Amino acid sequence: MGDRTSAESALSAVFNRRLFLGAGVVAVGTAGLAGCGGSSSSGGGGGGGGDATGEVSFGSNASDEVPKKAFEATFAAYDGGTVKVNTVDHNTFQEQINNYLQGRPDDVFTWFAGYRMRFFAKKGLVSDVSEVWDKIGGGFSDAIKKASTGDDGKQYFVPLYNYPWAVHYRKSVFESGGYEIPKTLDDMITLGAAMKKDGLAPLAFADKDGWPAMGTFDYLNMRINGYDFHVNLMAGKEAWDGPKVAAVFDTWRRVLEISQPNSLGRTWQEAAQSVAQKKAGMYLLGTFVGQQFKEGAERDDLDFFPFPEVDPAVGADAVEAPIDGFMMAKRPKNADGAKKLLEYLGSAEAENAYLATDPNDVGVHKDVDTSKYNALQKKAAELIGGAKSISQFLDRDADPTFASTVAIPAFQNFIKNPADAASIAKSMEEQKKSIYTN
Amino acid sequence: MAVTTAEVPARDTPAAGPPGPRRRRSANRWTRRDKLVLGLMIGVPTAISVLLVWLPALASVGLSFTRWDGIGLDTISWVGLRNYREIFTIYPPFFPALWHNVLWLAFFLLIPTPIGLLLATLLDKEIRGTRIYQSAIFLPVVLSLAIVGFIWQLIYSTDQGLVNAVITRFGADPVDWLGNPDINLWAVLLAASWRHVGYMMILYLAGLKGVDPTIKEAAAIDGATAWQTFRYVVFPALRPVNIVVLVITVIESLRAFDLVFVINGGRNGLELLSVLVTQNIIGEASRIGYGSAIASIMLVISTVFIGIYTVNVFREERR
Repeated sequence: MGDRTSAESALSAVFNRRLFLGAGVVAVGTAGLAGCGGSSSSGGGGGGGGDATGEVSFGSNASDEVPKKAFEATFAAYDGGTVKVNTVDHNTFQEQINNYLQGRPDDVFTWFAGYRMRFFAKKGLVSDVSEVWDKIGGGFSDAIKKASTGDDGKQYFVPLYNYPWAVHYRKSVFESGGYEIPKTLDDMITLGAAMKKDGLAPLAFADKDGWPAMGTFDYLNMRINGYDFHVNLMAGKEAWDGPKVAAVFDTWRRVLEISQPNSLGRTWQEAAQSVAQKKAGMYLLGTFVGQQFKEGAERDDLDFFPFPEVDPAVGADAVEAPIDGFMMAKRPKNADGAKKLLEYLGSAEAENAYLATDPNDVGVHKDVDTSKYNALQKKAAELIGGAKSISQFLDRDADPTFASTVAIPAFQNFIKNPADAASIAKSMEEQKKSIYTN
Repeated sequence: MAVTTAEVPARDTPAAGPPGPRRRRSANRWTRRDKLVLGLMIGVPTAISVLLVWLPALASVGLSFTRWDGIGLDTISWVGLRNYREIFTIYPPFFPALWHNVLWLAFFLLIPTPIGLLLATLLDKEIRGTRIYQSAIFLPVVLSLAIVGFIWQLIYSTDQGLVNAVITRFGADPVDWLGNPDINLWAVLLAASWRHVGYMMILYLAGLKGVDPTIKEAAAIDGATAWQTFRYVVFPALRPVNIVVLVITVIESLRAFDLVFVINGGRNGLELLSVLVTQNIIGEASRIGYGSAIASIMLVISTVFIGIYTVNVFREERR
């Protein structure tokens, strides 16, 4: 930071990030997502030869700088035709997905594995890509194939990468403070108290946008009640007002004591910057947090440890590692081109090209070139490889209506009034019953 | 409303003779062409209004009794009053949203509107540089509310914002302007007022330009003070503008949306009815029926205001 005042750099950082959001919201306000592209650019070899399959449109949610550039690099390495990229603000893309799919979606678009992928498959809003999987299937593990498969046993999703959620920190901060990596939650809370004494905010925390707190809940839930309970709870089969979820809230209350206050007014980018500026000690987030660290010494100083164990009987072998990838529209304008593009995107080459620019994720293809991985990527790959079970994330594993209109306000409420956990859980259960009816 | 019986005698010369029989005859004097023109003038706007306003509104009300995920018409299922019952019983954001809309309206009427009037009165006095002041105060109105939200986030940000940078320099603790549900609505209302003041100022300024200076002079000659002149002469002359201002303020308060949506998606202390509709219908949730029920409640509330306004206007006309 030294040379710039923190306010100055922070302001410019806020400006850079928000501009996308601002632009996205304005555009959506007028036309809805189907009609608008935040920006578009063409990539690809454009070789134009006789067998070129023409232009394929690609709907991208990669509005942040790093992933956006990574997609440009990925398509630059594609020689099967031209790809016309329409980029829309990440959150907006996700919120508008229903209208988008029922309007005129791009031939191929970015999406996530999980409940929502299977939901769209069931509703017939996306194309079956089993044909593509016949060609690319050999490159993926059964777990990944399963994550790409709809309820009817056909594949609807082509994965690109995944990334684990873990507790991030700066090595230099841990060294100078003499801190040790906590193995259990109790250790982490003790460590937090020590950091507080040293003038640090122990655990950076931000929930202005509502979703980051889901990561904290998911991890505590999986550490206390296990992965299977997580899956059933997300599927609406377990009670939110039962003793098991109450235990999660009770533990979370202890974690809140070492968490950065005022989290509801902070974005994850700001929280990440507080870690980068050594004002906060740790931060539970996906590895994309690295995007907020300056390349070079600052990013090399970034490290993470797995979310610690809470109950020794449950252990810490469940990892939250959402998979990002692609789906194909129901009626693509250029079906052959779209399938060809998906074959490419499901290849190790595409993953290599992408990861070369966005080294915050790890590839899911068996043949992805791990020799170019940085230390963190290697660690992330190990963490995911060693996991016994992998969850997607609350808003990808649960009914999206529940996640967006119930879970977000409920968790924000809990953060405001941790003592109200019981009534919050009761309200969640009531609303769950009304939402999970079919 | 514009085409009422009041307009019929208007075709006659102002000096038109006795009312009664003469008037009836005048209605019969309409040629076919008159009727055609009149029919088109009424018919086309009515058709557009029915098609674009009434049908969607009625469809919303209809959908509010159903459950629908928005995908395919065959998935609509009738649930009766269930959506309404749930909104009133188990949907925590509803009552805060309702209350925030009321607060929004009250705040707009009490704070930015009088300030706009004050600024307009001052600027109407032809002080030096009045154009510059006018442009500066009106500038925020030109900006979209999404941009306004974006600008004010830079000011209010907890860790990196302007306000906190200043107050922490004086030793105060940083305030979570947008995250603390007890103060974020006020912070947002301030931002919204920043824009609304300019709007009100321009409206009043236009109104003041229309006030005949001779009546002010007359008041001055009669020995009225500046305040008395304003209170008993100018302000009553502004009555038509006041009605426009009132209507605009009510509309702005009910449709308030952009600012809070940009700031935090309209959650955590910034709930508004319009945002709840959006979250349920346009967002990922796709609870069309539920969202429609909230929209219908909003419709009822707006109807109350529109009703009061219409009754007032008719009463005026009759006078």
